Amino acid sequence: MQTDLTINGHTYALNADQRTTLLDALRQHLGLTGAKKGCDHGQCGACTVLVNGRRINSCLTLACMHDGDEIVTIEGIGSEEDLSALQQAFMSEDGFQCGYCTPGQICSATAMLEEVKAGWPSHVSDSLDGKPRLSDEEISERMSGNLCRCACYPNIVAAIRSASEASS
Amino acid sequence: MRPFDYVRPSGLPEATRQARAEGSAFIAGGTNLLDLMKLEVMAPTRLVDINRLDLAECASLPIGGLRIGALVTNSDLAADERVRRDYPLLSRALLAGASGQLRNKATTGGNLLQRTRCYYFYDTSAPCNKREPGSGCSAIGGATRLHAILGASDHCIATHPSDMAVAMQALDAGVEIETVEGITRSVPLSDFYRLPGDTPHIETVLEPGDLITGVVLPAPVKATQIYRKVRDRASYAFALVSAAAVVAVENGTIGSAALAFGGVAPRPWRNHHAELMLAGERPSEKLFEAFADEVLGEARGQGGNDFKIPLLRRTIIATLKQATEESQ
Ligand SMILES: Cc1cc2nc3c(=O)[nH]c(=O)nc-3n(C[C@H](O)[C@H](O)[C@H](O)COP(=O)(O)OP(=O)(O)OC[C@H]3O[C@@H](n4cnc5c(N)ncnc54)[C@H](O)[C@@H]3O)c2cc1C
Ligand code: FES
Ligand code: FES
Repeated sequence: MQTDLTINGHTYALNADQRTTLLDALRQHLGLTGAKKGCDHGQCGACTVLVNGRRINSCLTLACMHDGDEIVTIEGIGSEEDLSALQQAFMSEDGFQCGYCTPGQICSATAMLEEVKAGWPSHVSDSLDGKPRLSDEEISERMSGNLCRCACYPNIVAAIRSASEASS
Repeated sequence: MRPFDYVRPSGLPEATRQARAEGSAFIAGGTNLLDLMKLEVMAPTRLVDINRLDLAECASLPIGGLRIGALVTNSDLAADERVRRDYPLLSRALLAGASGQLRNKATTGGNLLQRTRCYYFYDTSAPCNKREPGSGCSAIGGATRLHAILGASDHCIATHPSDMAVAMQALDAGVEIETVEGITRSVPLSDFYRLPGDTPHIETVLEPGDLITGVVLPAPVKATQIYRKVRDRASYAFALVSAAAVVAVENGTIGSAALAFGGVAPRPWRNHHAELMLAGERPSEKLFEAFADEVLGEARGQGGNDFKIPLLRRTIIATLKQATEESQ
C-alpha cells in the first residue's frame, strides 16, 4: 500500500505493508532513526513524535493512517548547527546519559510546553483554571510518559525548566 | 501482527456496513487495539479507520448538557473549558489516566471500549474465557492483584481499566450508538457494559457494526465533584481502585450523591441502592462507613486482590469526607 507522508516538511512516498507502524516506517523505511523503539507498546515514550503539533507514541499508530498529517521527528526539531532551546538545555544540564530516550524526551517536551501555553491542566494542577505554573512537580507529571532507563530525571526536569524559563 | 484489510469509510452508513462483517474492527486512536494486535490477542481481518469521520466535536446541548463526539481525544476533552467548569470530575479522571502522548491519541469511544489489562488476557499461551470462550480462566487461582472484587463470575474476574468511564458513570452519561440499519439509539452508560456471567467475551450491548458516535452528559448539577485514584506509582499507572463522586450538601444535609468506582469490577461500578442511604442525611464518619459497607456487601477477594476490599472502603470514606466538606 502506498501512503504519502509529510515529515519535517518533506513528502515521502511510503510503500509498505499496512501493518507498518509509523515508528517502523520512520526507522526502517525512511532512514529517520531518531525516534527510538523502547517497548513498542506505548509504555516508554522513546518513539515520541509530533503529529499536527501534538506528541504521540509512533509505535501505537499505523503509518497508513497518516497521509495528509504534518509529522515532525527529532530530525526536524534542530540540527547540529542549530539546536533548539530544549536540545541546548539538555546539553547544558546534562539531561541524558546513554541518550536512548533523549529524542523522545525532547519531542515530548517540545509539545508539552505548547500544551502548558495553551492552558492545559495536568493531574497535579491545583486548579483547572487554565493558568498552569510549570513547577518541577508539573514537569515530572507532564513528562511521565517518557521513561529514562538511566534515571536522568532530575537533569531532564532541570533542562525543561531552564528552556521554559528562557522562552518566557 | 496478522494481516488485515484497511478501509476508510466516507460516512456513517459506510462505516457501520464495513464493520458489520465478522472479523472487522473499528480503529480510532489505535492505542489499545494495535497494542493487542501486536500480541495477537486481537486479530481483526479488516480495520475500519473512522478517524476521518465527523465525530470530533464537543457540542453544548440546547437543553443543557454536553454531547462529546466519539473521536474527541482524551486530551481535548480534559482541556475543554466546559468540561473543566461543569464536569471537573471528568477532566480529573482523564488527566489521571495514561500519559500525555496517549491522551493525545486516545478517543472517547475507544476509551470506553478499551479491553481489560488482565495478564492472562494478554498472554496468548494461557487459557482465557474472554479471549477464547470456553478455554477457562487462568486468573482464578492465579495472580489476581489487578482483579475484580465486585461483579465477577466463575468464568472471568477481569476488571475494566478505564478512568474516564468511571467519571462518566457518576455523571449519568449516555452512549449514543449508530446501528447498521441507520438508527441512532442511546443507552445509559449504566446499561452499556455487561457483567461477565458465563459469556465474558461479550462486554457491552453493542451489536456487530454498531458505532459509538458520542457520549452525552446531562446538564451539570450544582455539586462537588471529586476523582480519587489509588495506584502503584504516582503517574502513568492504571488504578488499583478509584472513586468518582458527585455530592451536594445543602443546609448541613446531603442533597444528592452519585458515586462510581474503578479498578474493582468488570465495569465502572455504581450502587444506586446504597446511594439512597446518603440522601437527606447529615454527613458523618458513621454514615460513610455504613455506605462503604453496603457497597462492599457482596465483595469477594481472590487472594491477590484481597487488599482491594479495605482499600476501596477507605477510599470511599475519604472521598465522601472530602466531598461533603468541600460542598458545605
Ligand atoms: C501504557 C498505557 C497506559 C495506559 N494507562 C491508562 C490509564 O491509566 N487509565 C485509562 O483509563 N486508560 C489507560 N490506558 C488506555 C487508554 O486510555 C486506551 O488505550 C485508549 O483510551 C483507547 O482509545 P483509542 O481511541 O486509542 O482506542 P482504539 O485502540 O482505537 O480502540 C479500542 C477499541 O474500541 C473500538 N472502537 C474505537 N472507537 C469506536 C467507536 N467509535 N465505536 C465503536 N467501537 C470503537 C475498537 O474497535 C477497539 O476494539 C493506557 C494505555 C497504555 C498503552
Ligand atoms: S516504543 Fe513507543 S512507547 Fe515505547
Ligand atoms: S539517557 Fe539513557 S535512557 Fe535516558
